[in-house]
Amino acid sequence: MPATVTLQFGPEYQEADVGQIIHLAKEEPLRLDSGAEFSDFPMAFQTYGSLNADKSNAILLCHGLTGDQYAATPHPVTGKPGWWEHLIGPNKALDTNRFFIISPNVLGGCMGTLGPKHINPSTNTPYNLDFPVITIGDMVRAQKLLTKSLEIDKLFCIIGGSMGGMLALEWAASHPDSMHAIAAIATSPRHTAQNIAFHEIGRQAIIADPQWQGGNYINEGSYPAAGLAVARMTAHVTYLSQEGLGQKFGRDLQDRSHVTYGFDADFQIESYLRYQGKSFVERFDPNSYLYITRAMDYFDIAAAHGGELRNAFKNTEASFCLISFSSDWLFPATEARQVVQALSSSAADVSFLEIASDKGHDAFLLEEPLFIEALTGFINRTSRKIGL
Amino acid sequence: MLRADQQIIASLIEPNSKVIDIGCGKGELLQILEQDKNVRGHGIELEYDRVAEAVGQGLSVIQGDADIDLVHYPDNGFDYTVLALTLQVMKDPKAALQHCLRIGKQAIVVIPNFGHIANRWYLIKNGKMPISRQLSYQWYETPNIHFCTIKDFLELCYEVDCSIEQRIALYNNKSHKCFDGCRPFGANLFAKQGIFILKSKS
Repeated sequence: MPATVTLQFGPEYQEADVGQIIHLAKEEPLRLDSGAEFSDFPMAFQTYGSLNADKSNAILLCHGLTGDQYAATPHPVTGKPGWWEHLIGPNKALDTNRFFIISPNVLGGCMGTLGPKHINPSTNTPYNLDFPVITIGDMVRAQKLLTKSLEIDKLFCIIGGSMGGMLALEWAASHPDSMHAIAAIATSPRHTAQNIAFHEIGRQAIIADPQWQGGNYINEGSYPAAGLAVARMTAHVTYLSQEGLGQKFGRDLQDRSHVTYGFDADFQIESYLRYQGKSFVERFDPNSYLYITRAMDYFDIAAAHGGELRNAFKNTEASFCLISFSSDWLFPATEARQVVQALSSSAADVSFLEIASDKGHDAFLLEEPLFIEALTGFINRTSRKIGL
Repeated sequence: MLRADQQIIASLIEPNSKVIDIGCGKGELLQILEQDKNVRGHGIELEYDRVAEAVGQGLSVIQGDADIDLVHYPDNGFDYTVLALTLQVMKDPKAALQHCLRIGKQAIVVIPNFGHIANRWYLIKNGKMPISRQLSYQWYETPNIHFCTIKDFLELCYEVDCSIEQRIALYNNKSHKCFDGCRPFGANLFAKQGIFILKSKS
């Protein structure tokens, strides 16, 4: 059993145990797209279920931007249930009686995998902005080191939503023989101008907070809580739909019968967003937010393959399942369709479904029966196909 | 439960082949083909509910519009393209037929035969667009925007210059038999549906 690690979180720098950690790239460094290298770096991960004798039942789970390895167990900082707890477990869609689920924290994250708040061995202080800019491709190469160290040659399936879906697609493009199946949910083969725009607003909110201190808030004992909260509030709106917001909040007032002619949170939606921002800063590192959003902005699979998306997937024999949600305007179905069309051009095995939902991008984290049914159908068929 | 035309299609498809079913519905045909003939099946379907059911059952089906999406598939990417009772709802049946011939080494096409005697009689007797169990829509709400008769379809086959490997007339009592391409009169009058196996000449 690998050692567990304690890290600090939030404006109060409270300590929390982030679970099991493995050290990777001990023999050979991990070379990043930027040219920088990491050696002997930590990766935090959780596993659910058990690996079978021939190591053929492993599912790699890739989390979204602010997700982490706690997919099916309570989060050690917030105490909230895992982000896909309704999908992972005995007899659930990702059945832990049958599959071994590996859920790592991405490179650049803040839940135990090497990120900007870790100590830079060459300076003995936190990396902060000395942390090299990372890419989705770097995150995938780091994950490949993890599966290698677990002696898994070929994963049964790689599943991810949102940024996790980007990782899944990147896996298919860069390691086409490393998996039998790919399920990419509410995702896109590239970050669009609109996506980049919203990320830039979030980053500028953090950077504009004087407590950010040029990225050196840890050294200074400060914390850009206000900036990070605004970043989260903006991002959170992009995860919902107008219809969903209207239904959930409308123009309803917060604990009052009329507006107060001030800038207090008169409306329920304001109060809700403030709460979302406030609780987010307790668990997420501001610099990590900068680095991971940047990695997503740089993501463009087609550009990395001569401008042709179909070139990216021409070497894969994997079965694909892409799922989008009708009210998701952050990762709309038109983006996933580009992947479907690229795969169709080589008559690949692909399923695609745009699920009718008013829950926006967040739908992939919620209990959407048709989504669960489709994912279950895909997992069952592809596992049957390889005799699992 | 397969429709009569799908049962015939299932019997025509060779085991272990790769099949794309265009307008696959809930994937009933693909399911049987995968089960009984070890076929590698793929489907396109427009209707969301049907795609959800097909994918939920573990079929490789995409939610798409065949009028738009066929262009993305490669030449001879499949052993068979199946276009069963779908051509009549498509915006450009000629282009669709050409794509089917391009994508599949063989194309199996099923059309509802508008030349069936009951339709002709309905029109003569009532002077109105035929409505029957098979054609259950009023003219203003029907998704079937491009009806044709067996003779019309044969003419389209000559027009796109494909070779017709088999012509099967499917009758009212679900019996079927092959008919002569030079003498389609009986089939055109009495067949409810026509089933054709086509190949591209080039």
